[in-house]
Amino acid sequence: MGTLIRVLGFSLGLTLVFSLVANLLPQVEGEAPKDEVIDMDSLDMDGFVSFGEAVFAGKGTCTLCHNDMGRAPDLLNMDVVKASQDRLEDHRYVGQASSVEEYLRESLVAPGEYVVVGFGKKGSNDSESPMPKVDAAPIQLSEFEIDSIVAYLQAKDGHEVTVALPTLPEEEESLTQPVAVPAAPVAAATAEQALAQYGCSACHSVLSTESPVGPDLRDVGSRLSAAQIRQSIIDPMAVIAEGYPPIMPTSLVDQMMVSELELLVNFLSNQTQ
Amino acid sequence: MKPNHHPEGYAEIGQQWARRAFNTMFWAMLMMLVLGMLGIASEYTSMGSAWAAEEAVNLSAGAPEIQTVDYPKIGFSSRSVVWIAAQMHLFFAAFVLAVPLFVVVIEWIGVKSGDERYDDMAHEFMKVSMTAYSITALFGGLLAFALFLLYPHFMGYMTRVFDTQMLWYALLFFAESAILYIYYYSWQALRYGNRKWVHLSFGIGLNVVGTSLLFIANAWATFMMAPSGIDMASGAVTGNIWEIMRGPLWNPVNLHRFIANIAFGGAVVGAYAGYKLLSAKTLSERAHYDWMGYTSNFIAVLAFLPLPFAGYWLMAEIYAYSQQMGITAMGGILAWLFIVQAVLIGTILLASNYYLWSGMSRTEGSLRYQWMIKYIAVVLVLGFLVWVTPHTLILRASEVAALGGSHHHLLGPLGIMPAKNIAVNLMLIATFLSFQLYRRSDKQVTVSWAAWGNAFIVAIYLIAILNIIFAGIYYGYFTNTVYKVGSSVTQVVSTLVVIVAGVLIDSFMFKKAKILPSVWGQVSNRSQYALFALPVAFTWLMALMGYVRSSVRTHWHVYSVVKDNSVDNYIPAIGYAGNMMTIVTVLFLLCILFIFWIASLSNTKQIPPIKSEGH
Repeated sequence: MGTLIRVLGFSLGLTLVFSLVANLLPQVEGEAPKDEVIDMDSLDMDGFVSFGEAVFAGKGTCTLCHNDMGRAPDLLNMDVVKASQDRLEDHRYVGQASSVEEYLRESLVAPGEYVVVGFGKKGSNDSESPMPKVDAAPIQLSEFEIDSIVAYLQAKDGHEVTVALPTLPEEEESLTQPVAVPAAPVAAATAEQALAQYGCSACHSVLSTESPVGPDLRDVGSRLSAAQIRQSIIDPMAVIAEGYPPIMPTSLVDQMMVSELELLVNFLSNQTQ
Repeated sequence: MKPNHHPEGYAEIGQQWARRAFNTMFWAMLMMLVLGMLGIASEYTSMGSAWAAEEAVNLSAGAPEIQTVDYPKIGFSSRSVVWIAAQMHLFFAAFVLAVPLFVVVIEWIGVKSGDERYDDMAHEFMKVSMTAYSITALFGGLLAFALFLLYPHFMGYMTRVFDTQMLWYALLFFAESAILYIYYYSWQALRYGNRKWVHLSFGIGLNVVGTSLLFIANAWATFMMAPSGIDMASGAVTGNIWEIMRGPLWNPVNLHRFIANIAFGGAVVGAYAGYKLLSAKTLSERAHYDWMGYTSNFIAVLAFLPLPFAGYWLMAEIYAYSQQMGITAMGGILAWLFIVQAVLIGTILLASNYYLWSGMSRTEGSLRYQWMIKYIAVVLVLGFLVWVTPHTLILRASEVAALGGSHHHLLGPLGIMPAKNIAVNLMLIATFLSFQLYRRSDKQVTVSWAAWGNAFIVAIYLIAILNIIFAGIYYGYFTNTVYKVGSSVTQVVSTLVVIVAGVLIDSFMFKKAKILPSVWGQVSNRSQYALFALPVAFTWLMALMGYVRSSVRTHWHVYSVVKDNSVDNYIPAIGYAGNMMTIVTVLFLLCILFIFWIASLSNTKQIPPIKSEGH
């Protein structure tokens, strides 16, 4: 009986250790996508773009591959509209699109029409795309959701949104239930606007404001290169300036558009006081 | 082959046993013949169905669109009920299918070597699995009832897709049961001479049927992950049963489960041997169970070593089938559980190595190699630490300030796969080295080319280790993702070369070696707990990997075809899943201890009561 108790105790103890490790890790649940309900009557373009951003990161599962891990083009850190124009002119393009809007929509429902070099299916010599068609299972985006993603991809870098704002189809009356849609981000037109929009002066001395919390940005161009400034915005924890606390928000990269980032980098690179 | 010692009375009862054995064989053959003919008939029926698809009205129906209200409610989580029943069934099924695989090999070794201890051990392994067989069937029945009760529409679709194949699966169980009972109960009747070959043939037949059962059941699981033989838009059946079964993930899962089952089965019977050794009353009993424990650990480790490579193939096929599915498993919300996997595999490797090192105390010949143990231990511990290092940390603000940033400078390079690939390959090589040293401990080499042979083996080890480190660092950190993945193939090949070359060279070098004395039973009681750590970690690991395999389907019963609209259609958090894994592991442990007790009970004989005078 003694052996049995010792063996049982050892085995149960070990099992509980494994369980403890599992419970110490970040607890995240993978929610099944839910159909959003939109108040079509009050839907404006900003709301539509915001909805597209939510679909891009959520139901569309686009960010699973389109990130900085190198499995697919990093759409969040590139000017998608400009890239689309280049691809339309590329001799490898075999699709039917003649505008950026058409190309973006086509790339979602027929991703094989143009495969970016280096991102094709293994062994296909970049002739076959590993991307699923988003209007088919398992993603199954509706036409409305696809249009919203196209609108978001156009808007995110400050380009004009050419997608027509959808109107209420008769058969989709269920969509008329109201839901809160966050306001769409509007790209800053100047570096000053971007500095104000992202609250940089709250911690940094810049332009006419002074703050001792973070490093002085009025001479940052003489201390850091453009690449270092870009890195300090995208990944502020990569290098912590000596004598300052590591409190700069890391979420700027998720909120900022590429055009805004470049505006700031250019502006700050020239700040040599 | 002549037996070492004839059982008493064997000659007298030989004729009687021969008659019984013949009758048993006759009925078994007849049953197999009937089943075989039915199988051929089924094949033609399936082919006919495919050729005349327009006539197969029921099969042309598409996948059901199940609504939340369509799922029967029983007051608690249906998924949890199925989870527990399925996991318990899988644990026991893995065990009972694995044991006959290595039992037949051990039995054959007994025949070839003439050492009856092998035969006795093989028979005892089978005795342990016999009770488990009934429990497997009980949980299988429970699982089937739970699935049909709680997920009727989904199961209706699965039944429509797999059609009569499910019936053949059930019939194969009859064949499995018949051959299993014949194999086990005819052990003593067919023990010597030509009859032994008949017995071995039953063992092979048992494994053929058992493996077929495994592959059929795997087809259901892999169809749910990567369906084939159907119209993907509607879910209607378009192919024959072979096209439905032969999905892109079927063979990788077949191989992975086949190998994993052997490792798991070896670990469980190792625990039985460990338990019996700790309870042993005599030295001979202790010696017997020490040898049995060693053999079990040998089986578990030998099967475990190639397992990561089979897992690699499976993941590569998952990525090829759907990059999205692959990323969900490896880079999405499931990525954290690979930290738990690292803890589990680290436990398995440390426990099996510790057991091997402890076992070296059985022979004085091991003194030559004991200086290497501390270096192997260092490699294992460092490898384990690298493997368990996460890429990101969830920190409080004060911890961020103390750390100097949210990313510790070690987490970047050590938290990604190239570092982990180096770590796991070096840990496998270190484990193989322990195994090789153990095997050499009781042997004194006699061949003239021993020095060259050893130098060659050392060179292979060094080149493989350097190659693993170089490929990991160069391709992992200085090239893009595509080359990172490709480099792991080089690393895997390096590890396999060490294992295969080590086994081959040693087998030639020690073929006529002088055998040094070994004292079985001369091993610490503490070492036996490693034999319990192995099945506990294996069981938990199987549950964990099952959770991953199921979760990659996300909110689909059948990926992209039958949507899961039940209230449980989300991927549970790792903590909740971990608690479920602990529940099923504890349940399995309790059942296994019951089986050990039952197996021991059959050897217990009550002493006849002394009749008092006058009666």
